[in-house]
Amino acid sequence: MGKSFEEIIAPFKDKKGGIIEAFHALQKEYNFIPQEALKETARIFRIPEAEAYGIATFYTHFSIEKRGKYIIRMCESAPCHVAGADKVLKALESYLGIKAGETTPDGKFTLELCECVGQCQATPVITINGEPELNVTPEKIPQILSKYE
Amino acid sequence: MKGEKRIILEYADKINPEKAEDYIKVGGYKGLEKARRMKPKKIIEEVKKSNLRGRGGAGFNTGMKWSFIPENAPIKYVVCNLDEGEPGTYKDRIICEKNAQALLEGMAICATAIGAEKGYIYCRGEYPYIVKLLNNAIKSAKEIGALEDFDIEVRMGAGAYVCGEETALIESIEGQRGEPRFKPPFPGVEGLWGMPTVVNNVETFACLPYILVNGAEWFASIGAPNYPGTKILTLTGDINNPTYFEVPTDYLLSDVIYELGGGIKSGRELKAVQVGGSSGAFIPKKNIDTPIDFDSMTKIGASLGSGAVFVLDETRDIVDIATRIAKFFKHESCGKCNPCREGTFRMYEMMTRINKGLGKPEDIENILVLSRVMQKASLCGLGQAAPIPIETSIKHFKSDYMAKLN
Ligand SMILES: Cc1cc2nc3c(=O)[nH]c(=O)nc-3n(C[C@H](O)[C@H](O)[C@H](O)COP(=O)(O)O)c2cc1C
Ligand code: SF4
Ligand code: FES
Repeated sequence: MGKSFEEIIAPFKDKKGGIIEAFHALQKEYNFIPQEALKETARIFRIPEAEAYGIATFYTHFSIEKRGKYIIRMCESAPCHVAGADKVLKALESYLGIKAGETTPDGKFTLELCECVGQCQATPVITINGEPELNVTPEKIPQILSKYE
Repeated sequence: MKGEKRIILEYADKINPEKAEDYIKVGGYKGLEKARRMKPKKIIEEVKKSNLRGRGGAGFNTGMKWSFIPENAPIKYVVCNLDEGEPGTYKDRIICEKNAQALLEGMAICATAIGAEKGYIYCRGEYPYIVKLLNNAIKSAKEIGALEDFDIEVRMGAGAYVCGEETALIESIEGQRGEPRFKPPFPGVEGLWGMPTVVNNVETFACLPYILVNGAEWFASIGAPNYPGTKILTLTGDINNPTYFEVPTDYLLSDVIYELGGGIKSGRELKAVQVGGSSGAFIPKKNIDTPIDFDSMTKIGASLGSGAVFVLDETRDIVDIATRIAKFFKHESCGKCNPCREGTFRMYEMMTRINKGLGKPEDIENILVLSRVMQKASLCGLGQAAPIPIETSIKHFKSDYMAKLN
């Protein structure tokens, strides 16, 4: 493994309110915030662990559970909903063999539900590690995911 | 497109939003130059006179907001709200992608008017590519000296709709849980790190360069007199042209749908339209001949909000859509106050029951009572607005509900 937790967190330590940036940096490296990293963040920012935990768990983008290499998020907000988001979700679940909220056994994909990601010109929308995929249909799923095999 | 009036988006796709030089070629940073030669009070007067009202949803007079900043405070902040979490809305992203420098210039004009040295842009976590774009745009503007010593820092949110509420946004920049504060004190008095802070929406800031260059009277004469200027709308749902448009604020909602929007998909009839994102009211077909400006929308019991226009055709199941919206608010409630934490939960519970065909007439009665409680007793705009789409869907489409009752 590359950098230590401390090396990832340190650049933000003197930034006012930098803890959220530090969490972003940790997630970029690990796709979630490992418990030891959370402890380390609390120590470096000089706040109680419980408070660091409270901050991390407030935001839906941060996860303290281990997640897959690729995080697929399915938008279910109203515009995506009427464009057939539930069909896309079913297709994703059956293709990956997991339910929303779960990770594939090989640790490759995590499937999550989310609200509007601001790409509503081309609904339904999913994002994969933050990259939007537009006008998604059940038929397109294998081809989209093959890019990440 | 015909019928549009482009001010902010006039040079969309013709200039590189990251390059300050490109922007200067089309007249950019002239407004800021002008502002720097004016007395701060005069700038605020000019903005007030233009009658520019906030584009972030509450429609507050921008110059007025700035005038609340105490002159003698040692430190003041300018904060740009780029949280844009309202479902169906992406206009602030479009402004950044097409004309990011106008946003930076607008923030610098505000800084000059209130005497701030530092600005923050709070960008939602769903837009990491916009964070990159903005950082490049700031670098370019800094390099040619356009911003002088005004510093702008971009901070990224992490997926919480409530962080669009200005005090929650401030909490989040401070590195806390994004829970709204009690008001007063308002941010203008005690904002970021306890200092007087102006929070404005991206679109509000982006109007300012044009107001400074062309004058308050010019701006005040465009569109609806009570809410002048242009508004960028984003169209979603059953519409032929699901895209964005910039229109004068006296543009009719019906023209948005049938002219710019190209009408309803598959030649169907319109059933309802929801303006302003998921927190907006449902508007029945009979009310669509209304200008989109803030006050006209309020008059028909709706709200302009973010300017999202969500179109539903005659085949759509309003109860199902309202249930989906109830889930959105249950998910996004921050939990700080009881009427909203418990209210959004119960609202979703009752709506799910009705939507599954298991509801009783009492459920509708209870929803209407809960709706009143939430609107009156919730701490912030999230809990206050959450029941509005549900309530208006019952008001205008009661028969759809009755048909689903057990
Ligand atoms: C739940 C909630 C979400 C909000 N989301 C946004 C948002 O995404 N963008 C925004 O500009 N304003 C949002 N607002 C309004 C802000 O609190 C604030 O009024 C606005 O940023 C002020 O800018 P303006 O005067 O330029 O409109 C939201 C308000 C509430 C209650
Ligand atoms: S109204 Fe909802 S979102 Fe706002 S403070 Fe209360 S619980 Fe939080
Ligand atoms: S509603 Fe799904 S991306 Fe906006």
